Amino acid sequence: MAGRYFGQPIRRNEDPALLTGQALFTDDVHLPGMVHVAFLRSDYAHARIRSIDVSRALERPGVIGVYTAEDLGDYWQPGPLLVPPPPVEDIIFHQRTQVPLAKGKVRHVGEPVVMVVAESRYIAEDALEDIFVDYEPLPPVVDIEKALEPDAPLVHEDLGTNLAARVVQRKGDYEAAKAKADVVISRRFYYDHGLAAAMENRGIVAHWDPKMQYMTIWDTTQAPVVIRNGLARMLGLSESQVRVIAPFIGGAFGPKIMMFYPEEVLIPWLSLKLKRPVKWIEDRRENFFATTHERYQVHYAEIALTRDGRILGVKDRFYHDTGAYDPYGLTVPINSQCTLLGPYDIPAYHSEMNVVFTNKTIVTPYRGAGRQHGVFVMERLLDIAAKELGIDRTEIRRRNFIPPDKFPYNNEVIYQDFVPLVYDSGNYEPALELAKKLIDYDRFLKEEQPRLRAEGKHVGLGIVAYVEGTGIGPYEGARVQVETTGKVNVATGVGTQGQSHFTSFAQIVAEQLDVDVRNIRVVTGDTAEFHWGTGTFASRGAVVAGNAIHAAAKKVREKVLQKASEEFGVPPEELELRNGYVYTQDGRSISLADLAVKANPLRGAVKPGTEPGLEATMYFGPERGATASGVHAMIVEVDPELMDVKIRKYVVVHDCGKVINPLVVEGQIHGGVAQGVGNSFYEEIVYNEDGQLLTASFMDYLLPTAMEVPPIEVGHVETPSPWNELGTKGAGEAGAIPTAAAFVQAVEDALADYDLEILEAPLSPNRLFELLKEAKQKKEG
Amino acid sequence: MKPPAFKYLAPTTVDEAVAYLAEYGYDAKPLAGGQSLIPTMNFRLAQPAVLVDLNRVQELSYIRPAEDGGVLIGAMTRHVQVERSDLVAQRLPLLHETVPFIAHPQIRNRGTYGGSISHADPAAELPAITVAHRGRVQLRSTRGSRWVPAEEFFLGLFTTALEPDEMVVEIALPALPPRTGWAFDEFSRRHGDFALVGVAAAVTLSAQGRVDEVRLVFMGVGDRPMTSAAAPAVLVGQEPSDEALEEAAQRAAQEDIDPFGDVHASAAFRRHLASVLAKRVLTRAVERAQAR
Ligand SMILES: Cc1cc2nc3c(=O)[nH]c(=O)nc-3n(C[C@H](O)[C@H](O)[C@H](O)COP(=O)(O)OP(=O)(O)OC[C@H]3O[C@@H](n4cnc5c(N)ncnc54)[C@H](O)[C@@H]3O)c2cc1C
Repeated sequence: MAGRYFGQPIRRNEDPALLTGQALFTDDVHLPGMVHVAFLRSDYAHARIRSIDVSRALERPGVIGVYTAEDLGDYWQPGPLLVPPPPVEDIIFHQRTQVPLAKGKVRHVGEPVVMVVAESRYIAEDALEDIFVDYEPLPPVVDIEKALEPDAPLVHEDLGTNLAARVVQRKGDYEAAKAKADVVISRRFYYDHGLAAAMENRGIVAHWDPKMQYMTIWDTTQAPVVIRNGLARMLGLSESQVRVIAPFIGGAFGPKIMMFYPEEVLIPWLSLKLKRPVKWIEDRRENFFATTHERYQVHYAEIALTRDGRILGVKDRFYHDTGAYDPYGLTVPINSQCTLLGPYDIPAYHSEMNVVFTNKTIVTPYRGAGRQHGVFVMERLLDIAAKELGIDRTEIRRRNFIPPDKFPYNNEVIYQDFVPLVYDSGNYEPALELAKKLIDYDRFLKEEQPRLRAEGKHVGLGIVAYVEGTGIGPYEGARVQVETTGKVNVATGVGTQGQSHFTSFAQIVAEQLDVDVRNIRVVTGDTAEFHWGTGTFASRGAVVAGNAIHAAAKKVREKVLQKASEEFGVPPEELELRNGYVYTQDGRSISLADLAVKANPLRGAVKPGTEPGLEATMYFGPERGATASGVHAMIVEVDPELMDVKIRKYVVVHDCGKVINPLVVEGQIHGGVAQGVGNSFYEEIVYNEDGQLLTASFMDYLLPTAMEVPPIEVGHVETPSPWNELGTKGAGEAGAIPTAAAFVQAVEDALADYDLEILEAPLSPNRLFELLKEAKQKKEG
Repeated sequence: MKPPAFKYLAPTTVDEAVAYLAEYGYDAKPLAGGQSLIPTMNFRLAQPAVLVDLNRVQELSYIRPAEDGGVLIGAMTRHVQVERSDLVAQRLPLLHETVPFIAHPQIRNRGTYGGSISHADPAAELPAITVAHRGRVQLRSTRGSRWVPAEEFFLGLFTTALEPDEMVVEIALPALPPRTGWAFDEFSRRHGDFALVGVAAAVTLSAQGRVDEVRLVFMGVGDRPMTSAAAPAVLVGQEPSDEALEEAAQRAAQEDIDPFGDVHASAAFRRHLASVLAKRVLTRAVERAQAR
């Protein structure tokens, strides 16, 4: 299976720099003459701006400029629609994108209103206190269901409604399926996914060099190429005059693929105007309001089954909170709509999505990107069905899994990449069996749980399955070059935010060229090095960029062998590449470095059509994504007095096709599970009825720490994707997707004697207290 | 999240420090471990014009035996020093048991006893423990020095008996009486967070095993450490039976606290937690008293 490099648990190339503090992050960029920006942000969720008085701020020593929307002139434009709506019949979609600085009205707390630039960030922040904005508060839109009532206040008055979109997708005939069903179960579900809270906040440094006529931008973005192209256009520059560097980034998880953030548009503009380097580093407080969230959906879902637990159909109507604007289109709710179907063979599906504008921070994907919501609904429906039908919860899942011989499997609903969601490959039962084995399912339920219950302990098990659509198009590219130094250079357009690209991409190349991974230098996210591509999102790096790199490396391998063949007078098939050398069968050899020198002659003539060097650029654009899958299982212990829940054991069995580096995949899973644990019991975005964010610091928005995240055991199942040569599927989001569904099932199981039915996530001690109280009252009657 | 400009003074003696406080009054704030003050300044919730940094005042950092069998702690003593002090472990087992509940090791390395009680966060451990121990706080200014009993030092939310020109220099904690058991417990959302509710108990039994005295102090459920009146009313003179302890815990949680609700816990849930924790600490304190 594994090659010499591909598939091996190789240590990360990037770690020495990161661990010794040598890696460059955006805030490490210090340039002579650099000035600093701070933003005055709205304190109101919804208000009309009557007037803004900046005169006192302008007088403060050290302040260089103060700008409102009016001062931007024609540069003030609503941002582009990053993701257009999918081609679904009768779709309703209203585009309202964010603006650089609020004009006329503010639509969420934290929306930027005034930009101050000063000699230091301290002075800039002092000046914010000098500004007076006269607001006329308007009633805010907070609750997504009330938002659609006829007399609700409007986020965008000109629309006449808060409905941002409605999409109905169908497969088969649900009503006919329901008519044949033995049982129909319907419930209302609430699922809230929080915010990414990356360790590094956003930041941007723009440096317009008037003598070079060249703009260099360091940006914590997941999509530097797209940022460069867009900014060049907005600023009236040539693309070749703009270099965007996405340096080391301390985590992104989705919100950093959103563009263009107001700050991203304004900082380069300011640098061009002032002819000085300009820096803005988002602080943690701003991050809570100004970087996108994911948040909540409400589902009214129904499942129709036969007596023996076979799913005949699923119907769902749901509401999705998109915040004040919808620049990211429908990616999050489409993911919910599609991923709900999971690994199950569901003949009929009817799903109505309603996307709602609210006076809250914009919603865009955050690790999982709406998949959590769908998985939660489906898994809970199956749990309830299993209980009602008296079928073991793993058995009901097994019975409904898409069998291995049914792939490719067409779900007949349009996915986030605008084509019908077709699963490339999958083999779900072995993953379930392995997860059951690792969590010791049978023994736990038969022996362990009864024994612990007898001791008065409340322990429970949760086990759920999921799929994750990954590796979608359109395309990525890569250039691979063997240098005359013998080192290998790899450049690709995607940005890196901790995914270990410097190692796993190097492994793909090493497998073709047989050079030490440490001698392969990977550059990601610098438009001066590679300027084609779309970005790092949707767990697509290893699939899309990975296969482009693979193709380029293969091409270079051919060139290497061809060149060596010419040198030795031996056919390429008889040559061997090993440890940076090409060997003939009779023991002659030449290093890749020397071959690279020969491939770039400085005098003499070459054959017409010869390309210099040992270099190739290739692109990969999959027709469809690759669908990863897995099973999570956990054991929890609940203290029903303190309402505390401790996760005692956690198991993930994961299938991301071919694994490039198991250490990296496990790291991705661990990180994802940590976020899933946060989403299950700790993290919660709370807005009050005034649209004020009540959880705007780490005192109140509770990220799990090392103490709350349990040790995680990972099992691998490998079902290669037939749709790309490496056979890879994405692994980035899987860890985070089904955690809350498993957690809630486990808590319910632990509290079996209370007869709880939990239809929401996240939970919290306080919420459990309320739920138990309700359950007790119901029992007593 | 940058503070506005301020003047920075770094005295090396208490005399110098109180002289600065006298000079700048309301405009000045002492800086101890900075673990509460610096975040509030970065959020611009506090905007002191002058910081009087106490970190070079060596004479304020000590843990000493007191003649009455208790312990004297200098205001600038770090939480970690208290946590690791053998003297505290021997003489003040309740305090010893409680300190590890304060925040995380990094914060305990910086945060100070004087800073914690001066800040007077109602959810903080040290104010509650100081009250549970019937501690006294010594305040100094250029006008002289005075001792304030802990019960009178904490006046309300982030409010103490400190005058603007005064600072805390020492905390005196008497030892618990003989035949006394102790216990502390709290519930926080995550390891190291400020607790939703915490409770400290000290129970003294008579030679016959009846309850002579009970101290039950809550944190996080009022505007300051809340001392229970109901618990002694229920228990003193009684056998510490499970039912009696349950009744004491229930009544204390009903009568003696004034919990508030926030994003983490409703007032009702805090009250519930208070009764559960009170029962747990009372039970453990009684067991320990019986074992002595
Ligand atoms: C993440 C985090 C978690 C925390 N969790 C907890 C917790 O669980 N429990 C807990 O109790 N605390 C917790 N803390 C607070 C921590 O214990 C602080 O150290 C403590 O509250 C204040 O002590 P300090 O020495 O840092 O004081 P500082 O922050 O320096 O000062 C606090 C206040 O006291 C005043 N002050 C300081 N010293 C004196 C003095 N000698 N005389 C007069 N006034 C003085 C200052 O002017 C200021 O107003 C946490 C802090 C953080 C950052």
